Amino acid sequence: MPRATLAARLAIVAAIALAVALPIVMPSWATLITLILAKGIVVLGIIILLQAGQVSFGHAMFFGVGAYAVAFWGKYVGTGDLLLFLVVAPAAATLLGLLVGLFVVRYREIFFGMLNLAFSMVLWSLLEKMFHYTNGADGIRVARPTLAGLAFTPETFQYVLVYLTLGLVLIVAYGVQRYLDSPSGHMLRAIKSNETRLEYLGVSARRVLLVGYVISAFLGGLGGALVAVAQQIATPEFAYWTKSGEFVFIAILGGVANAAGAFAGSAVFEFVRFFAAAKLANAWQLILGVVLIAIIMFAPGGLIGLFRRDATETRR
Amino acid sequence: MSRALISARNLSIRFGGVVAADGVDLDVFEGENLAIIGPNGAGKTTFLNITTGYLRPQAGTVSYLGKDITALPPREITRLGIARAFQIPQLFLDQTVLENMLIAAAAQSGRISLVRPLHESPGRGEMEALLDLVGVRAYADRKAFELPEGQRKLVDIALALALKPKVLLMDEPTSGVASSEKLGVMDILTRALATQKVSSVFVEHDMDMVERYAHRVAVWSSGRIQIVGPPAEVLADADVRARVIGI
Ligand SMILES: Nc1ncnc2c1ncn2[C@@H]1O[C@H](COP(=O)(O)OP(=O)(O)O)[C@@H](O)[C@H]1O
Ligand SMILES: [Mg+2]
Repeated sequence: MPRATLAARLAIVAAIALAVALPIVMPSWATLITLILAKGIVVLGIIILLQAGQVSFGHAMFFGVGAYAVAFWGKYVGTGDLLLFLVVAPAAATLLGLLVGLFVVRYREIFFGMLNLAFSMVLWSLLEKMFHYTNGADGIRVARPTLAGLAFTPETFQYVLVYLTLGLVLIVAYGVQRYLDSPSGHMLRAIKSNETRLEYLGVSARRVLLVGYVISAFLGGLGGALVAVAQQIATPEFAYWTKSGEFVFIAILGGVANAAGAFAGSAVFEFVRFFAAAKLANAWQLILGVVLIAIIMFAPGGLIGLFRRDATETRR
Repeated sequence: MSRALISARNLSIRFGGVVAADGVDLDVFEGENLAIIGPNGAGKTTFLNITTGYLRPQAGTVSYLGKDITALPPREITRLGIARAFQIPQLFLDQTVLENMLIAAAAQSGRISLVRPLHESPGRGEMEALLDLVGVRAYADRKAFELPEGQRKLVDIALALALKPKVLLMDEPTSGVASSEKLGVMDILTRALATQKVSSVFVEHDMDMVERYAHRVAVWSSGRIQIVGPPAEVLADADVRARVIGI
């Protein structure tokens, strides 16, 4: 991976500074920014799988499991603590990721994508139909949790949440970038370019993909928990296939070459939705659709590709 | 000759009406360079595909140091010490040549880090030396897809060598390499194999190469081994000269 250009570094620093300053300058945006960051965490998982050339159209299942882990805790155990949620929800998603992963890593491309979709639809159906436990389509309300035992007012809590999320983003984005640059990350890319050679190096491509899959499930669960807390609700929509599609959309929009793309894509996606929805009712899909078409045609490296020195190189 | 590393017995496989292996018996002995020659379509590549677990024979067995490996997948056979270079080079085209090598080094070490940057792998110096050995060090930082075919073949061989195999199987190692460079490459390669005590099997069309570098040569014809022996003997055989060498 080429070293980040100066422009790219400045852009990252500026983005972090913006994420720190915006909630203070525009308090009404605090939750929006939390959502951008939390969804970006989920999209990191999509980016990991895309390194191997695999697109999951069911990744929202991990997002949903993260959200429902939080919701179920509130419903059956009692008001929880955010730190606890940030352990329980990703753990649940990781476990599911391992179970589903053992199955789906045997498949590639359209079969991989569709199998993931199928698993996510099973989860979605369960959440919809098991009304007695899940309240069906209405979802489960998520009460405002404490943080390390401290209770906050709603106004303060949105700041607590956005800065905690930002801190988590810095940690996981760094971690994911390390992973992508490691031998394991390079082997993911090797699955895409030549799985036969990888096997002839004595490496199990399935194992390599499984590791990536489990990490991406972990990230999905973490993002799901944060969004459920930010929106104070978990609904089956969290696990629905359109949500999976949204994550893939954001990944392509932002660019899949490195971790920054997840957040660039997520920011543009949520801002367009936020402003366009306020002004033009249902036009936000139209605007995002046009933006994505333009990106695919003119900047196939995604938004972050605009900052990469070898952006043109990746277009072959 | 010393002990047999790979022993193939009665290997048979057919694809529809094509008989690609028909009762193949062959040993690869420790320390030897074994050449395989024969016309296109004779089943030479198929033999390598079977011995490395890519194809399962319809009959017969392959063993390595006495252990039956017929049903093992390529990665497990590779881990036992049998590495392969391909007729059509198999590289990670989107990554640099050095990255290709470092991936091989990580695979060989068996410790595949999740956090340490690939470029800081401990095997880096060794991998650069291997690229040097096969003469493609200058391409280290180029993406593999940018390389001409001949250079790709050399990288493919270097990848196999990076695994520190006991046996190296090479499918037409110098086809695509400029003829002016062939001798140099094979010289260096066979010397490296000898010093590292790696046995080799190489499919070859160039009889000069066979004469120069093979200890034994096996002649393939329609899925069968027609004759095996020292090059001087085999290449003098009237039948071989007529049917394979085309004199
Ligand atoms: N996987 C396969 N499926 C169908 N036919 C094959 C396959 N592999 C090889 N063959 C056929 O088997 C014969 C031997 O092929 P191969 O071993 O590649 O020959 P060689 O390497 O000696 O040129 C050829 O006729 C080839 O078309
Ligand atoms: Mg062949």
